[in-house]
Amino acid sequence: MKTYTNTGNKDTRSGFGAGLTELGKTNENVVALCADLIGSLKMDDFKKNHPERFFQVGIAEANMIGLAAGLTIGGKIPFTGTFANFSTGRVYDQIRQSVAYSDKNVKICASHAGLTLGEDGATHQILEDIGLMKMLPGMTVINPCDYNQTKAATIAIAEHEGPVYLRFGRPSVANFTPEDQKFEIGKALHLVDGTDVTIVATGHLVWEALEAAKTLNEKGISAEVINIHTIKPLDDAAILKSVAKTGCIVTAEEHNYLGGLGESVSRVLAKNHPTPQEFVATNDTFGESGTPAQLMDKYGLNAEAIIKAVETVIKRK
Amino acid sequence: MSKTQQLEDLTTQVRRDILRMVHKVNSGHPGGSLGCAEFFVALYQDIMDRKDDFNMDGIGEDLFFLSNGHISPVYYSVLARSGYFPVEELNTFRLINSRLQGHPTTHEGLPGIRIASGSLGQGMSVALGAAQAKKLNGDKHLVYSLHGDGELQEGQNWEAMMYAAGNNVDNIIATIDLNGQQIDGSTDTVLPMGSIKGKFEAFGWTVVEIEEGNNIDAILKGMADAKSKTGQGKPVCVLLKTVMGNGVDFMMHTHAWHGKAPNNEQLAIGLEQNPETLGDY
Repeated sequence: MKTYTNTGNKDTRSGFGAGLTELGKTNENVVALCADLIGSLKMDDFKKNHPERFFQVGIAEANMIGLAAGLTIGGKIPFTGTFANFSTGRVYDQIRQSVAYSDKNVKICASHAGLTLGEDGATHQILEDIGLMKMLPGMTVINPCDYNQTKAATIAIAEHEGPVYLRFGRPSVANFTPEDQKFEIGKALHLVDGTDVTIVATGHLVWEALEAAKTLNEKGISAEVINIHTIKPLDDAAILKSVAKTGCIVTAEEHNYLGGLGESVSRVLAKNHPTPQEFVATNDTFGESGTPAQLMDKYGLNAEAIIKAVETVIKRK
Repeated sequence: MSKTQQLEDLTTQVRRDILRMVHKVNSGHPGGSLGCAEFFVALYQDIMDRKDDFNMDGIGEDLFFLSNGHISPVYYSVLARSGYFPVEELNTFRLINSRLQGHPTTHEGLPGIRIASGSLGQGMSVALGAAQAKKLNGDKHLVYSLHGDGELQEGQNWEAMMYAAGNNVDNIIATIDLNGQQIDGSTDTVLPMGSIKGKFEAFGWTVVEIEEGNNIDAILKGMADAKSKTGQGKPVCVLLKTVMGNGVDFMMHTHAWHGKAPNNEQLAIGLEQNPETLGDY
């Protein structure tokens, strides 16, 4: 089976920062706003290089979303930066009315998503943001898997006309996608060929899916691995093509099973090709304090959990 | 005919439009719309430097944002009568498949509208963003916005006010429709806000007061004063004292007509008090 090499752990938020730095040089319409989290979002370089295009708004996320919507009127492409919780739940109505319903070209960039925020605990660990954002008409939802892909996604969304939710995280994780890989919104990446089961993963769970596939291969189970970096619009064709071959599927995400990638996949399958599915996701719960590894283990969001789900779903075929 | 008379005639026609629009669909918000009729007419016919063709980016012209979107009847009437879309389209207000939604939106592509509003408290932030874009573009034109007084109870306004002064956004004139009324009663009984002037000043804004907010000359004079105070490092606020329901005697000085349409008899009385000037749509 095809294997991937980790070129060294890196945080996805730094991929965002690097992408933003690049955009600062290449696209003069890109502006950035931050709600008192410049260091956490890795926006320091953009701020240093383009102070006139950087807006520190203070701890006032609602105002930040409104400002971003206004900045589009005049041709700017605003990138807002704060934690995922404060990027979505806290400002849902502002995004709904001033951005999504108003068709504004705002890029909502959200770090520290999911459990891997770690020790800060449940107040900061949002596990509902994909659901909140994918329900908004016209919103594109992207959850890249590593540093390289987050950087590429950041650059790609500047070229996309319309609101985008870009979700990434805090911990250092495996960096394995090619540095020069072009990011195509809505186009799933086929990582490993397999015949017994399809594993569709997003964000930090993609590397875990690759690790799981290796172990499954040793056990004689051939797993196909697909990286779904774009949850909306979903690459229905890639999913349907794979399950036509494998006949069962496991979805894996750092998010509640309600409203996440798994539910989007279920809809596609129910409508086109009913298929046994297992969900690797949190089970309608809040998180808690702990190290990222402890939390991912406790809440069943790692390679081991994916392997168990695969073994279960194969029996259901 | 004097400019004042021209604007007053248009205002009378706008009042007729408002009454007929909300009467036809038995829904909508006539009270606040009537209270701001003179302001909208003065703004679109005299105060703002506007281009004839609508372009979303609005570069090289003044912009306006309505934050209290429920007064859409006056907005639609004045936009139509300022040439943004045919006045006949006012007939479609709040009907299925119309561009004239209950609350204003860009979603249906109605010329003149640059942001959706209705859920209150969001317009000042948007106006400030547009003002910042103008500065980045080297565009010397101004951004105008209108907000209800009751709307100031929404916290986002205060985030925006703090931001504006802290960042010297001095190319904005945010007008507060000070009619002292909201859905459940007077603003003083629903949630007393103390001195709105004092609060804006404490937040670092320059405040201009227009005592007669339903008087065209007073509005023109006050807004010229406000305009002269832009470009001096501070955001500018206009406190426009208006009478809700102005121009229709039984709708005045009460919150009762905030979101209620007149019946046939009431419409007839309202129209009688505002004889046709420029022709009904």
